[in-house]
Amino acid sequence: MSWVNAIIQGILIGGLYALFACGLSLMFGVMKVINLAHGDLAVVAAYTALGVITITHVPAVWSFILVVPIFAVLGYVVQRTLIQAALDRSVLTTLLVTFGLSVVIENALLQFASADSHSLDIGPLVSDSIQIGSQISIAWLLLVIFVVAVVVLLGLQYFLSSSRQGRLIRAVADDQEAAQLSGADYRHVFGIAGAIAFGTVALAGLAFGMYSSFDPTIGTDQLLLFAFEAVVIGGLGSLWGTLVGGILLGVVQQIGAQIGPSNQILAGQLVFLLILVIRPQGLTARRSTA
Amino acid sequence: MTAPGRAAAGQAAAGMLTGPDGGGPGAARVTRSRRTTLWAALGALVVVVILGYLPYLVLSGTTDFLVNVFVLMTMASMWNLLAGYAGLVSVGQQAFVGLGGYLVLILSNHAVEPFLALPVAVAGCAVVGLPVWWLVSRLRTGYFAIATWVIASIFELIVVRFPSLGGGTGANLSGFENLDPTLLTAYTYWAALAVVVLVVLFVYLILRSRLGLVLTAMRDDEVGARSSGARVPRTQGFVFVVAAAGCGAAGAIIIISQLSIEPTAAFSVQYSAEMIFATIIGGIGTIEGPILGTIIFFALQKSLAQYGTWYFIVLGLVAMAVALWAPRGIWGLISERFGIRLFPVGYHLWPAGEQRPRGRAALRRRSSGTAPAGPAEASRGPGDGPGPPPG
Repeated sequence: MSWVNAIIQGILIGGLYALFACGLSLMFGVMKVINLAHGDLAVVAAYTALGVITITHVPAVWSFILVVPIFAVLGYVVQRTLIQAALDRSVLTTLLVTFGLSVVIENALLQFASADSHSLDIGPLVSDSIQIGSQISIAWLLLVIFVVAVVVLLGLQYFLSSSRQGRLIRAVADDQEAAQLSGADYRHVFGIAGAIAFGTVALAGLAFGMYSSFDPTIGTDQLLLFAFEAVVIGGLGSLWGTLVGGILLGVVQQIGAQIGPSNQILAGQLVFLLILVIRPQGLTARRSTA
Repeated sequence: MTAPGRAAAGQAAAGMLTGPDGGGPGAARVTRSRRTTLWAALGALVVVVILGYLPYLVLSGTTDFLVNVFVLMTMASMWNLLAGYAGLVSVGQQAFVGLGGYLVLILSNHAVEPFLALPVAVAGCAVVGLPVWWLVSRLRTGYFAIATWVIASIFELIVVRFPSLGGGTGANLSGFENLDPTLLTAYTYWAALAVVVLVVLFVYLILRSRLGLVLTAMRDDEVGARSSGARVPRTQGFVFVVAAAGCGAAGAIIIISQLSIEPTAAFSVQYSAEMIFATIIGGIGTIEGPILGTIIFFALQKSLAQYGTWYFIVLGLVAMAVALWAPRGIWGLISERFGIRLFPVGYHLWPAGEQRPRGRAALRRRSSGTAPAGPAEASRGPGDGPGPPPG
């Protein structure tokens, strides 16, 4: 029964990983940018929420109402300025700039917020759970996070495939110059994609902050790598794949933890390597796009 | 990458002009060296000799500091070869820094003298580099970058599972109990100096060889190099293995100088950040860049020492600014301004009748913008056509 529990927990946490990963996946899909500061942004969002809660006294659960829009605007601005400037140079420059950003963010957090770990206090919600039998307990928080993640990913998929703005984003992703010739301002479209990516990663950061404790280094030590593994396992450039990849990563990690607590992260990474060996295009992609 | 790229395309083209132009009165000559090169070589020799003699002159604090400088110089030169030439942006070189250290630890636990363990550790890192390359080469650019990072994380997670290696808390390096501490400091210093000199020399010789032509072409335009018949994946694999060995050597020096190793620090992404910042600031895609960048790195570190982690924030911001607005780095600015190159990896074409290098004149011609512009050392005469395409 404890194995069933591990799998259920893995699926739920996998939703959170997918939420982390979808911004990374989107930015790569649209702008061909790998944002190496992606994990740190989630941590910054969690710290921002701490600040927002202290100042406005809103309950932690509702901090996203402020933090997510702030990050969406930030995403648009950073994309239009810093990342666009790097994109105009070369792919190499985008990597160097986002890596530099990651190091700067992490050290700045260490400087201003110390290395202590924090968490977003949501009161009794964190321990409330649904008990099924004696072995399985599903935390309400994780369930809500999972539902939010699925809704966000499906919503994003629908937005990209059906809405006017979404079609524009896909057009620019497919052929930047042709879209530009048809009157689309690709820089603005990139900005929108950046806003979505930053908004989703902020949401993921808040969810993570409620679920677990965070410190300045966890963004690169874990979150970026998990998000990346979810993307590669699922297949590059597909939000469905990202959801599948996130869930698979979560399940594998929980099964690993079931075997021994020190195996949790390693198990996920070994599956990532396995996928890289046997199916480098990911589980859901039809052909190699990496 | 475009600016240094264009310059080197000119170099490569000039390199293809084998010998005299023919035709004109007083034939043109092609040489590798210029007078500055001779002076640079002499200067480098003097610097190395003085550095080698240093342990007799200064206190161990100074040599310990210089060991750190040499280690970063080694790592930055390797990262420059990876990212600057082969187009492989790795943020996981700490995998091999840590591995090199742990290999020395393992060997010394089996009663091998640590200084003898160093070359074995380097070879071991190269051997491990091969299967790692096989794995990570399946991904490109940014995904390649994070994949190398994951590999480093995996190495760390594996190492901490061995209690014999100290597990998560680390271990002390044994094998120096009978050695006088002053001698140990001097030996460590000489080992670090030898490693950095060998690495820089090796990079220089690679870039002067036929392989260097392929690498330079890849740096400038990977697709172009591929279509000209350059074996890009194989060359990238070679560079990856070389960089694995070089970073392993740096890791071996680190454990010998610190006499202990701790997994979180040994596999820290901090190493990658340092080598990347030093290379970017100094000038990516040149041999001189990482050397100059390392000196700037430590100058900044020393001058900002009292502000804690601020020095790293400043370094990161400077590196970002350089990457955006001066992609050839500080060395790029210097060599552009004065037309000098200390390590000549290209060829210099002396147009007929021209005896002295006219660096400024060549520069003016280049900056006037008629493509493909030649670099300072390939100052072309107006009548010279472009060289034949690389075959």
